[in-house]
Amino acid sequence: MKEGVLEKLKILAESAKYDVSCASSGTTRRHKEGMVGSASGWGICHSFTSDGRCISLLKIMLTNYCIYDCAYCINRRSNDIRRAIFTPAELIELTIEFYRRNYIEGLFLSSGVVRNPDYTMERMVHVAKELRTTHRFNGYIHLKSIPGASQELVHEAGLYADRMSVNIEIPTEENLRRLAPEKDYKSVYQPMRYIQQGVLESAEERKRFRHAPRFAPAGQSTQMIVGATEETDRQILELSSSLYQRPSMKRVYYSGFIPVNSYDKRLPALKQVPLVRENRLYQADWLMRFYGFRADEIVDDAYPQLDLEIDPKLAWALRHPEVFPVDLNRADYEQILRVPGIGVKSAALIVATRRHSRITASTLKKMGVVMKKAQYFITCGELSIQTVNEVSPEHIRRLLVPRRKEKTGSPDQLSLLFPE
Amino acid sequence: MLVFRYDKSFEGLLTAIFDAYTRRTFPEQLIGPGEPLPMFASELFDVLTDTQKAERVWRGLGKKLRREGCNLLTHVWLSETAGCDDLLLRYIRKVFDSSGDVSTDFADRDILEARNIALKVSREAEHLRQFVRFRKAADGTFYAPVSPIYNALPLAIPYFRDRFADQRWLIYDLKRQYGYYYDGQKAREIAFADGETPPGDELTEEQMDADERQFQTLWKAYFDSMAIQERINPQLQRRQMPRRFWKYLPEFNF
Ligand code: SF4
Repeated sequence: MKEGVLEKLKILAESAKYDVSCASSGTTRRHKEGMVGSASGWGICHSFTSDGRCISLLKIMLTNYCIYDCAYCINRRSNDIRRAIFTPAELIELTIEFYRRNYIEGLFLSSGVVRNPDYTMERMVHVAKELRTTHRFNGYIHLKSIPGASQELVHEAGLYADRMSVNIEIPTEENLRRLAPEKDYKSVYQPMRYIQQGVLESAEERKRFRHAPRFAPAGQSTQMIVGATEETDRQILELSSSLYQRPSMKRVYYSGFIPVNSYDKRLPALKQVPLVRENRLYQADWLMRFYGFRADEIVDDAYPQLDLEIDPKLAWALRHPEVFPVDLNRADYEQILRVPGIGVKSAALIVATRRHSRITASTLKKMGVVMKKAQYFITCGELSIQTVNEVSPEHIRRLLVPRRKEKTGSPDQLSLLFPE
Repeated sequence: MLVFRYDKSFEGLLTAIFDAYTRRTFPEQLIGPGEPLPMFASELFDVLTDTQKAERVWRGLGKKLRREGCNLLTHVWLSETAGCDDLLLRYIRKVFDSSGDVSTDFADRDILEARNIALKVSREAEHLRQFVRFRKAADGTFYAPVSPIYNALPLAIPYFRDRFADQRWLIYDLKRQYGYYYDGQKAREIAFADGETPPGDELTEEQMDADERQFQTLWKAYFDSMAIQERINPQLQRRQMPRRFWKYLPEFNF
């Protein structure tokens, strides 16, 4: 490999790292004769950076040159940073060599805009096409669509990519235009629609012809920056919720705003990245996708912001004491899922066990139920004296708010896993 | 107290279960060769491992449990935790002695415990899929050393066989001194005989492909560049990537 690749890799990884989505899930593809690799379906994290984020794909930019000037972006044209361009051959070799060593699941390619959106998109598609056809690469490919790219190019991209994404970045159009004067919602939603069309058409085709080409089989995802503008969690979650209504939309990612361009006065001067808020948004998102919650149950007029001290499921439960206690020996799965401290796995165990035996408090703990929380919201045969209706919600809240660690102040409660 | 002695193989365990049912007496404890007899042992029965008996038990289990149920049993066995054979014996008895499907009665301590152990083993197998790192040797073989806490390597092999089907590789468990070699067609279990040098933590400079160091350097550079200083959180990193895996990761040891 030629000299200079190491420097390019550093520069273009630095430039790509703020795009949070790492997941490589959604496609299962067994190995094919004469091809390199497979896709595992659930998305494997092969490493974790020192900030604790998953590395699943080689997330990299084709180039960080950009003609646009988005206020929140490190790569904006007015920044004086080191710039580089990968040749397709360099990028392909890196991807395949990393892949063969089990470092990565595949490639996540994005790019700054050079000349114009179509010119840029064409180069990205070229890399994906070369990987798939000439190099027979069967691993995962995520392509970020360039805002404003043409339908033809998006369509071609979908033939080689497993997943595509277009980032909304800012939760209202007005603020997007203020911070990214070259962009508007049309430039975001248009390619999203193209992707959706491609996915739906290919699904139709494949019903009739089994071998019709697959189009972005892992659908699409998007990202919003949190805390760069004044939108409430309610606005953010309502937008996510409406995005999830779209058939091909698989994931919405939330990225706590990092002031990379602190000189730009249109942006707030945050002392700290809003990591707790970001985490709460992921938990709320999780509630919508796996726990049957609607956005307006999590945030509403009276509570437009997520509670930073307690997780959104507990917050909901404390606002709705009338729903509790839930009788674990009788209630539906859906009701059990709403109990703080009970997650998807333990709820399934409870329901399975009930066909044989009565659930008692002593087995719950070993099933993985967090009794510290759950105890106030359940009954299971025994007399329960301490439910949320006897003890007040305010009191339970005081008991459950984690006491702040004096020393570190670091958010060690923080994890992208849902704490149940 | 009745004690069965067997050869500490999975087939041996299944044979023991077969024998217990034919004898209609069940051991209260299982021991391996050379293990001291428990103090209150009143009778010792020596199990002779028999593939046919083992297969009959396994087929019987296949009929009563679904495939996940049988998988769970192998996971528990591979945990190698103390007493996991006694647990399996009790579990399998419960399966055979009940008319319905007991495997979902998690109010039963043994059933729940077996499930929890199996979960830990399958997490370890996932860790192998995540953190195995191949180094390319000069002869073109890709080599990865591992030392998982549970004997989870066999569970991860299907993933490697599928994904790396067009390259030769060797994954070697240094703790248990055995591994799997894939020759481009088939993966088979291998161990190194006495007198042969088993592979180690790292390939030597002579063994290594000329480009290998370069790709490790590139990977480490990429890994370091991805960290966002404003978000540093080593606790979160360690929770998701336990320390014990770090020694084989080029992103940490180079
Ligand atoms: S178009 Fe993309 S790369 Fe260019 S400044 Fe905007 S966000 Fe950054």
